[in-house]
Amino acid sequence: MPEFDLLMPQTLPEALEMLGDRAPDLTPLAGGTNVIVYMREDRHRYKMLMDLTRLNELHGVRREDGHLVLGSATTIAELLTDPLIAEHGALLRQAAAVFASPLVRNRATVGGNLVDASPAADTAPPLLVMNAEVELASQKGVRRVPMDEFMVGVNETLRQPEELLVSIRWPLPATRSAGGFSKIGLRKGAVCSVVSAAVMVEKDEDGLCQSARIALGAVATRPIRAYAAEEILVGQPLKPQIIDLAGQLSAETVKPIDDIRGSADYRRRMVEVLVRRLLSRAAQEIVPRE
Amino acid sequence: MQPKMITLTVNGRKHQVALNPDETLLNALRQLNYTDVKNGCEKGDCGACAVLLNGKAVNSCLVLAWQADGSEILTNAGLGTMDNPHPIQEAFADAGAAQCGYCTPGMIISAKALLDQNPHPSEEEIREAISGNLCRCTGYAQIITAIQIAAERIAASALVGSGQGGKQ
Ligand SMILES: Cc1cc2nc3c(=O)[nH]c(=O)nc-3n(C[C@H](O)[C@H](O)[C@H](O)COP(=O)(O)OP(=O)(O)OC[C@H]3O[C@@H](n4cnc5c(N)ncnc54)[C@H](O)[C@@H]3O)c2cc1C
Ligand code: FES
Ligand code: FES
Repeated sequence: MPEFDLLMPQTLPEALEMLGDRAPDLTPLAGGTNVIVYMREDRHRYKMLMDLTRLNELHGVRREDGHLVLGSATTIAELLTDPLIAEHGALLRQAAAVFASPLVRNRATVGGNLVDASPAADTAPPLLVMNAEVELASQKGVRRVPMDEFMVGVNETLRQPEELLVSIRWPLPATRSAGGFSKIGLRKGAVCSVVSAAVMVEKDEDGLCQSARIALGAVATRPIRAYAAEEILVGQPLKPQIIDLAGQLSAETVKPIDDIRGSADYRRRMVEVLVRRLLSRAAQEIVPRE
Repeated sequence: MQPKMITLTVNGRKHQVALNPDETLLNALRQLNYTDVKNGCEKGDCGACAVLLNGKAVNSCLVLAWQADGSEILTNAGLGTMDNPHPIQEAFADAGAAQCGYCTPGMIISAKALLDQNPHPSEEEIREAISGNLCRCTGYAQIITAIQIAAERIAASALVGSGQGGKQ
């Protein structure tokens, strides 16, 4: 592994000062499950890393004025045991359950997954359909960016070198809403997504679709929303024909590539299948009013 | 790049060592002679380097030693001895779950992490728990059997311990 220096701040203000003084030569390090692998593969060299795992400000899950707020250093394993996530972030929990291996999950963080910005990042589709925002902090202040704007391309985000991702927040899901996450890998355990999808639908009092959100992973240069498919669902009863059409429109939205994990054509077909299955399941899950 | 004094408590023994910032926990442990912790891929793929870090099973190749400063580490060797093996270690031997043995310490750590949380796992749950540990020899069947045997034996000895079993 190439040599590097390591800074070990104990508080968030201290970390932001170090980053303010040294960015872009200083790179944040959370679980290291991307950073250390990139160094081993010689994909990246880092002059200086800054450990984030000791910053209490980046840990914990809390409710705050109608939102759930998740510290960026929350690990994938913590998503599986946190009661607030079970109640208000079920989709994120589903993604955590099929994320890497239990060993990696104990280190890998949600913040690291988003800032790494792989098109296959498994926390992204759930956060996209939950209408999440990320909160970025620097010495100059704090700003919020919607999930759909944060990732801009392969390993590229709107984060500035002097900023840290401090938290992720989303509105508590409505009562008449349901959703799901699903991924296809080359085998069952410990794999990167070949295709992934998340959906979230909300019904109105008459059982018609009030809002629908669909997000897809590993089928473009970044995780994307399928807006055209979402639009045709709104105001409709969530019946098989319209769900089939939403699946087809989702497949038309994506721009997948051929790679060692799968062909573009396979990915497009699987998008259709996953979206159809997830929508049908979610539509059935929302219990109609007595 | 300057070394720093780091404190690691490994299998109950406290060590103070001067380490460079680019040293991984895996290398630090092996330098301290905890060679039961194996180096397979150094990329998080194989699980041969698994240890319990403050009670959680992790790939020690993906942790920097400085990040582990002040932590408690348990390796497979810390679970039991040849004379007094841990029930998981004994079950691995009895079931023929170790052939070349390279994956075994990491497998046992993942099994320990599972049984600590879930004393009666299903086969599916066992497969999931060892999904970050690769084995090139056994085909996994004996490993899964070993973990099932270990779970039964631990449950049985707990019954004996609490006076509900056939203790005489
Ligand atoms: C064997 C293996 C299997 C994997 N499987 C999956 C999988 O199934 N699904 C999946 O999505 N990913 C997978 N990954 C990739 C990786 O585990 C995830 O992307 C993980 O969430 C990264 O988090 P981390 O804390 O380890 O990030 P790090 O490696 O510490 O950092 C990743 C990037 O984020 C930056 N960063 C981290 N935290 C912050 C912050 N708070 N503010 C600003 N920048 C920050 C770092 O500078 C770096 O650029 C796998 C990796 C391995 C090794
Ligand atoms: S050596 Fe750590 S996972 Fe392979
Ligand atoms: S026994 Fe040889 S790798 Fe598992």
